[in-house]
Amino acid sequence: MNPFLKVVSPGLHTTLQDLGRFGYQEIGIPVSGALDNLSLRIANRLVGNPPETAALEILHQGPTLAVMAESVRLALAGGQGAKLEIAGRMPSSLPAWQSVRLFEGEIFRVEGPDASACCYLAVEGGFAVAPYLGSRATFVRGRLGGFAGRPLAAGELLALAAGAAPPRVELRVARPPGAGLQQPLRVVLGPQQDYFTPEALAMFFAAEYIVSANADRMGLRLEGPRLAHRQGYDITSDAIATGAIQVPGHGQPIVLLADHPTTGGYPKIAAVISADLPVVGRRRPGDRVRFAPVEVGEAERIRREQETALRSLIEQLEPADRAAQLDAAALYRENLISGVVAGDDRDS
Amino acid sequence: MANGGASRARFLACGDTALVVEFGNQVDRALSERVLSLNAALVEARLPGVVETVPTFRSLMVHYDPLATGAAELESSINRLLEASREVRRQASLWRVPVCYEPPYALDLAEVAARVKLGPEEVVARHSRKRYHVYMIGFLPGLPYLGDLDDRLVLPRRAEPRVRVPAGSVAIATTLTVIYPMESPGGWHVLGATPLALFTPGREPPALFAPGDAVLFEPVDGREFEAVRARVEAGSYELARRALCR
Repeated sequence: MNPFLKVVSPGLHTTLQDLGRFGYQEIGIPVSGALDNLSLRIANRLVGNPPETAALEILHQGPTLAVMAESVRLALAGGQGAKLEIAGRMPSSLPAWQSVRLFEGEIFRVEGPDASACCYLAVEGGFAVAPYLGSRATFVRGRLGGFAGRPLAAGELLALAAGAAPPRVELRVARPPGAGLQQPLRVVLGPQQDYFTPEALAMFFAAEYIVSANADRMGLRLEGPRLAHRQGYDITSDAIATGAIQVPGHGQPIVLLADHPTTGGYPKIAAVISADLPVVGRRRPGDRVRFAPVEVGEAERIRREQETALRSLIEQLEPADRAAQLDAAALYRENLISGVVAGDDRDS
Repeated sequence: MANGGASRARFLACGDTALVVEFGNQVDRALSERVLSLNAALVEARLPGVVETVPTFRSLMVHYDPLATGAAELESSINRLLEASREVRRQASLWRVPVCYEPPYALDLAEVAARVKLGPEEVVARHSRKRYHVYMIGFLPGLPYLGDLDDRLVLPRRAEPRVRVPAGSVAIATTLTVIYPMESPGGWHVLGATPLALFTPGREPPALFAPGDAVLFEPVDGREFEAVRARVEAGSYELARRALCR
């Protein structure tokens, strides 16, 4: 049997994502990749993967998956309160930010974080999916990358690269990072700030915006005070960088995210700095958003500091509670005999 | 010539991961040549930290890794490339693209003809006798923005965009014409369709055209359209392509 995770239920929007597909924006293919690359990298580290390994990006409501491999090591990372609910284990609930080894036939449900939109489920060794144009990131609108270019579907078998996870001490993040949802998003003004009235620019930094229900991987649509254009809202189309804040004729800003079109014809008032992009990806409909200006040099410094902080977080992974792990393993063996699992279709 | 005599390039930050090098504000062949020259020079220069570049009508976006370089450093490196004014040879192709300007593909031909006060045959003649320049690819994977249209065919976009424009549709708006690589919403006036595949995920590169290429449209009837489509689907269609040296 090839090793798989079987999708019992797919969750709201679960896709395979990595750090992105670079080099093809010139022909209209967006970068895609994880909305929150920090959490992806931490999840990978917990299971011993290189940081760019593709993992499941889980938006809002998580999937239920069944292990169809001798064993698999998993880690969930992102936001606060996310957890794995593992059927038949006592306790059944395993918090995010730590690795765990599951065995053939176990079924688990991913419960997304409380106040944040996304989390990442990494598996040791990664998924056995061929890269497309150098990346395994899913771009759903273009139907490319990931698992057949689309979100997970019920009954689908997700091929694993490794058939078993060797035993080792499981790891956890000593102090999981905050989601950063309280701070304003830091932006660099431009490139088209001169398309807006001085009042609109002042308003942009003074006002509070609400994330609309239409937020998706393409963009975070915001609702709030209308930003008035000075000289019309059509520009000669130019290229778009992730984080750019586009303001169409209705005057409501849209923060463009991983799946944004590569070019566009609306003026961009500012762009969220790269260090704050993961925070944008974590926002949920109804969340409040404010903006604060920084200079480019400051943005670059903030990003370097963030990388240093991530490195030190990763170096300080600690063993997860060993006693709990052993208990769980023992309970698992007992449960195996009574049969927790539906294994009927395992040979299909 | 990257910067000879023309106005200076403006450098605009787009966050801390992209720098826009802007040569002007409008769709213009001379500006496009400067964009494409700088693009070729940057591809050749392989500056540290540059991730990729995206040429558009009047500016070049340089995506970079802020951990490997910075806006200030990049700006001075790019300025040196602009000042060097060295001719960098670009690879480009001239494509012949069959287009059927008949029903059921010519969704808006009659309406366009009425609006520009020309007969439908004259609209087709004027659309298909120009040699078009591929300014950029964008909006959708593989979608080329081609120009410039015959002056008489210039129209604003449709007031009511279509929810579904069929794949292969050849459409016009403003001074430009586009080909939709896949079914998509769209607000341009559809004059016809090509049976060619503009975006094929398994092909390397997956997009048929590249910025800087040239395109000729060749009117075909419905039967020829179907014949070409069958050969495209069977993988036996030979694309009419000629190398261009710039």
